Amino acid sequence: MRNPFRVGNCAGFSGDRVDAPGPVVDTLIESGGPCALFFEVLGERTVALAQLEKRRDPLRGYEPMLERLLAPILERCAGHAIPIIGNFGAANPPGAARVIAQLALRLGMPDLRIGVVHGDDVRERIDLAALPVYEADAALDMGGGDIVSANAYLTARPIVEALASGAQIVVTGRTGDPSLALAPLIHHFGWRYDDWARLAVGATAGHLLECGAQVTGGYYYDPGFKDIPDPANIGFPIAEVGADGRLVITKAARTGGVVNAQTVKEQLLYEIHDPACYITPDVTLDFTRVSVRELAPDRVEVLGMRGGPAPEKVKATVCFDGGWMGEGEISYAGPNCLARARAAGEVLQERLRRRKLAVKARVDLIGVASVHDGDGGAKWRAVGGAGPDDVRVRLAVSARTQDDADQAAREVLALYCCGPAGGGGVRWRSTQRIRTQSYLMPRGDLAPGAWVKSAAELAR
Amino acid sequence: MSDRDDTLVTVPLHRVAHGRAGDKGNRLNVSVIPYDSGAYPMIALQLTEQRVLEVFAHRGATRVKRYDLPLLPALNFVIDDVLEGGVNGSLNLDGHGKSNSFLVLGMAVQVPKRFVRPAPWETD
Repeated sequence: MRNPFRVGNCAGFSGDRVDAPGPVVDTLIESGGPCALFFEVLGERTVALAQLEKRRDPLRGYEPMLERLLAPILERCAGHAIPIIGNFGAANPPGAARVIAQLALRLGMPDLRIGVVHGDDVRERIDLAALPVYEADAALDMGGGDIVSANAYLTARPIVEALASGAQIVVTGRTGDPSLALAPLIHHFGWRYDDWARLAVGATAGHLLECGAQVTGGYYYDPGFKDIPDPANIGFPIAEVGADGRLVITKAARTGGVVNAQTVKEQLLYEIHDPACYITPDVTLDFTRVSVRELAPDRVEVLGMRGGPAPEKVKATVCFDGGWMGEGEISYAGPNCLARARAAGEVLQERLRRRKLAVKARVDLIGVASVHDGDGGAKWRAVGGAGPDDVRVRLAVSARTQDDADQAAREVLALYCCGPAGGGGVRWRSTQRIRTQSYLMPRGDLAPGAWVKSAAELAR
Repeated sequence: MSDRDDTLVTVPLHRVAHGRAGDKGNRLNVSVIPYDSGAYPMIALQLTEQRVLEVFAHRGATRVKRYDLPLLPALNFVIDDVLEGGVNGSLNLDGHGKSNSFLVLGMAVQVPKRFVRPAPWETD
C-alpha cells in the first residue's frame, strides 16, 4: 500500500489494559508515516455512571484512568505529530480537558492544543414522549425512573473540525465509536462527508478497532482451539488505510496476540444485527460482500465493505435511575456440596418471601449453572447426581430502595450461622443501577461543535 | 484424522466453528464462523432460527433472526429479549450476555469428520 494513513487503537473500553498505548505509539513512530491514535472508553452506561460521579463532584465524571493512559505517551505523540482522539470526556469533556492540560503543564508542554467536542449531551433538548424508541429497546420497561443522562451519538465532523483547528488531542463525550477512527482519516485524506464508499472504509476500520484487543486475539483465545502467542501481552490494533480505500488490519510490533482471518471475522460481526445495514452516525455500512485475506503474519486485508447515506435520525441513549441491585455469595465444597448449595438457594428464596422484601430475585449455583441459566434457575434445578465438588451460591435482587437491596443481600450473610453446613466465604454488596433506552432524534435537533485551547489557557 | 474422512459425526458446534456474542440494548447477536468454509452449507442447513430459539427458550427469548454471509462465510444470529432486561436490568451475572456465544457453540451438529477439530483432551 502506498502512503497509507495509520490509525492505532489504545483502548476498547473503560477498564482496558492501561499499558496498551506504549507499543502502539512505538509502532506508529517507527512507521514514519502519517498516523493518529484513538481511545474508545465509553460504553452504553459508562456515561451514566460518569454522570452520577459528576453529581457527587462537578470536577469529575470523565474516564478515571485518563492520566494513567496518557502520561506515558502524550509527549511522544505531540513530538511526532500523532493526534490523539478519545471519548474519555464521558459526562464531562471540559473536565477531562482540564486534567489533560494539567498533565501537559507537568510534562512541560504548555502549548499543547486540546480540542473539546460538545453537543452530545441532549438532556435539555430531548422530548422522550415525542420520539420513537430504538427498535432493540422497544420491549424494555424503564420503571419510571428519573433521567440521569441523555447523549446523542455525534458524527466524526466536530472531531475533524477540532483537528483542522490544530488540536493535538481531541476529547469527546458520546460519539459514534467508529467515528473516532474515521475523523483523522477524513481530516488527512480530505474525504467528503458524502463520499460513502470512502467513509465506509474508515468506519469499517473504526468498527474493527474500537474494541481494542478484540481484533488482535483478545476475547478470541480458546486454548487448544484458537491459541495465541503471549496472551498476557496482547498488542493493540493498527489499521492501515490507503488513499485508494484499501484497508489492512495489523497490530503493535513486538507484542503478543494475533491478527488473522478468524480474529477479523469475529470482530467484523461483533454487535452487528443486519449486516446489510449497520448504522453509524457518519455512514450506513453494508458488510454482506466483505471478505478477508491474510497477507502476512498479523496482516489481514479487509475488502468489499460498501457505504450508503448516513441515517436521517441519530441514536440518543437515555439513562434512567434503575433502583438498586443487591448481591450475596457463599461457597459450599466437598461431600454433598450440591445438595447443601441447593438447600441454601431454597432457604434464601423462602427468607425473601417471609420478610416480604420488595425485590425481584434470582439464584445461581456457580459451578453448576449460572451465566447460561435463566432467572428461574431451570438449568441448575435440573442437575442431579453428586454434582461438582465446589459450588458457589449467588443471590441477586433488584429493588427500588437500597435498604431492600441490602436486606436481601444480607440474608446470604445470615447463612453463616443459620444456613446449611459448611458455608464459607460470604461477600455481599448493593450497587446503584442504571437503565438505558435509546431513542431516534432528528439530526437537526442537534448542535454539535468543538473548541480548541492551549494547555496553558485551560489550566488557568 | 483423515483430510478426506466423510463419515458423518455428531459433535458440538464448537468443534467445527467459532463465534462471538455482542449486545445492544435488549438484543443479542451471536456470530457462527466455520473454521473450514467447506462446512458452511451444512452448518447453515442445521442451525435454524427455530433451533437457536429453543436453546434460549429458558431465557425468555422471543425471536431469532438469522443473517447469512456466505462470502465470509458466517452466520449471524440476532436474538431478542434474551438478556432479561438488558445489560442494565438483568440479574444475570453476565448482564451483557457475552458468554452466550458458547451456549450456541454447545449445540449439536452433524458434519463429515474432516471438518471436526480434535479437542485437546482427545489427542492421541
